[in-house]
Amino acid sequence: MALNYFQPLFDVIRDKDRCIKCQACARQCANEVHRYDGDLDKMISNSQQCVDCQRCVCICPTGALKIVDNPNKFRNNSNWSQQTMTEVYKQAETGGVLLSAMGNPKEYPVYWDKILLNASQVTNPPIDPLREPMETKVFLGKKPKDVTFNEDGSINTETTPTLELSTPIMFSAMSYGSISRNAHESLARAATELGIYYNTGEGGLHKDFYQYGANTIVQVASGRFGVFKDYLETGAAIEIKMGQGAKPGIGGHLPGAKILEDVSRTRMIPMGTDAISPAPHHDIYSIEDLRQLVLSLKEATEYKKPVIVKIAAVHNVAAIASGIARSGADIIAIDGYRGGTGAAPTRIRDNVGIPIELALASVDQRLRDEGIRNEVSIVVAGSIRSSSDVVKAIALGADACYIGTAALLALGCHLCRSCQTGKCNWGIATQRPDLVKRLNPNIGYERLVNLVHAWDHEIKEMMGGMGINSVEALRGNRLMLRGIGLNEKELEILGIQHAGQ
Amino acid sequence: MKKVYVNEDWCLACHLCEYYCAAANSGAENMIKAFANGNKPIPRIRVEEGSGINFAVQCRHCDNPICVKSCITGALSVKDGVISCDESRCVGCYTCVLACPYGCIVTSENSKVISKCDLCMKNNNGDPACVKGCPNKAIVLEER
Repeated sequence: MALNYFQPLFDVIRDKDRCIKCQACARQCANEVHRYDGDLDKMISNSQQCVDCQRCVCICPTGALKIVDNPNKFRNNSNWSQQTMTEVYKQAETGGVLLSAMGNPKEYPVYWDKILLNASQVTNPPIDPLREPMETKVFLGKKPKDVTFNEDGSINTETTPTLELSTPIMFSAMSYGSISRNAHESLARAATELGIYYNTGEGGLHKDFYQYGANTIVQVASGRFGVFKDYLETGAAIEIKMGQGAKPGIGGHLPGAKILEDVSRTRMIPMGTDAISPAPHHDIYSIEDLRQLVLSLKEATEYKKPVIVKIAAVHNVAAIASGIARSGADIIAIDGYRGGTGAAPTRIRDNVGIPIELALASVDQRLRDEGIRNEVSIVVAGSIRSSSDVVKAIALGADACYIGTAALLALGCHLCRSCQTGKCNWGIATQRPDLVKRLNPNIGYERLVNLVHAWDHEIKEMMGGMGINSVEALRGNRLMLRGIGLNEKELEILGIQHAGQ
Repeated sequence: MKKVYVNEDWCLACHLCEYYCAAANSGAENMIKAFANGNKPIPRIRVEEGSGINFAVQCRHCDNPICVKSCITGALSVKDGVISCDESRCVGCYTCVLACPYGCIVTSENSKVISKCDLCMKNNNGDPACVKGCPNKAIVLEER
């Protein structure tokens, strides 16, 4: 074998005074970093294979392990970073496209962190959510433009189907295949208990999870995996996936190694075949074509379910959203460039798309300007990291948020960004039975419920501080937002004033 | 009575229960001290593994315990449903080891007497150490 130019990214530090050689680290590392050497009576680490998933650190009963960045550095160079150089070495060795997982980790601006919220003082007093009623329930779907009356004078209450959410948070589309059965079960049970929705992603719905259908959004993506009548009828809503924030312009990729028996049956494809979704929907080349699919799906489900169209946030997102609003869709989901994925080409993940904050502001403004904002609800995704991001998104005009990465963090993910290897030590992004069982859905669903409850409390606290007692009154209320450290153009796009104004 | 049960669906064969058990019953103040200087305290719980199925086994605290009946010195006794061993009376005849259908009575090179799970009644651990230490809630203490 020729010389390997890679340096390990991480260094495994073992405190020999604390290590009791219980070998839990060795048994729990799917990357085979740790090993017990009987001859030496020592634990040995192979840092080269470490992905910094922190499983060993968490499981070690004596706190003997630390994973640190490898202090060995190439010669400093502001233009050629160590990572850039390593990627060149990797491609020179393999000749392949670089693959990555989870969201864009690059140092682009995070606009959520440059937006500040208002609070009431003296006039319009703040509200204490523990003492006064506070409403976080939202409905997603078309809203009637005006009130109409029947001949006898009663109000015409006939409306199109909507989704009712107890709090403006849903779990993003993550397919069965890209994530494990236990991860799916955790999401499904949590969504049911919380009165919100989770999303099947493009991998179909496992038969065992049809019981959670009332809280399930079923996705129809370009690969059409697992789509059939029962699937469409089981979900509470149908989502057409046109694009994904992590990889706009390309379809999903699930390696054949992850297509085991259950996944194969659910996706309706042979075992072991790669599930490569086409980049476009082959029947959609215009808004008119999209309209046909939207109406076909509605026809198939007797107009009982709202249809969501999900797109990635790209340059002319406002015009695209305007088209979607006219296509008959009830909800538009927009996924920003920081959105996660189980596998994407690194260059696409890191360089394609735009921030969700800017996309949301321009879409909301465009739909309002065109007088069609009531035709659709807007759901945003792509790195909603906390309840304050949710509040800021709603004030910028969103109806609800999708959380994907945050939900996986609740299940144990440590963002090592190695999902594409299928060796997730936390039992999330894997199909290996011995790894899948590491995620006990009884624990997982409880942690998801806790997370969303906590966020709901915080949303109420923040709304109360602003003197607002319902999400409906916060939506698009950009006067509650101020930018900090933003230039004129950014403020103009976000439609907010600078702090101090 | 609450007993320790194991759900093999969630047992990862990480063997941590063995270490938490051994440390809790070693009398040492923490796990590092229990295993210091090459000490190897014996766990009263053992993980059985293979063919993708793993589960931890320890004393079932049978309603009709053969081990107690077999004990020639009266060292084994049942109190409130918990079977425990008075180590000062055990003579190390290992009849109970032979009698136990679950293989849950353990012996060690360190000492002549047997040791067995007493649901952490005799140490300062509170709830059984295996239950508290299981990272995937595969081991539970409950009424069934």
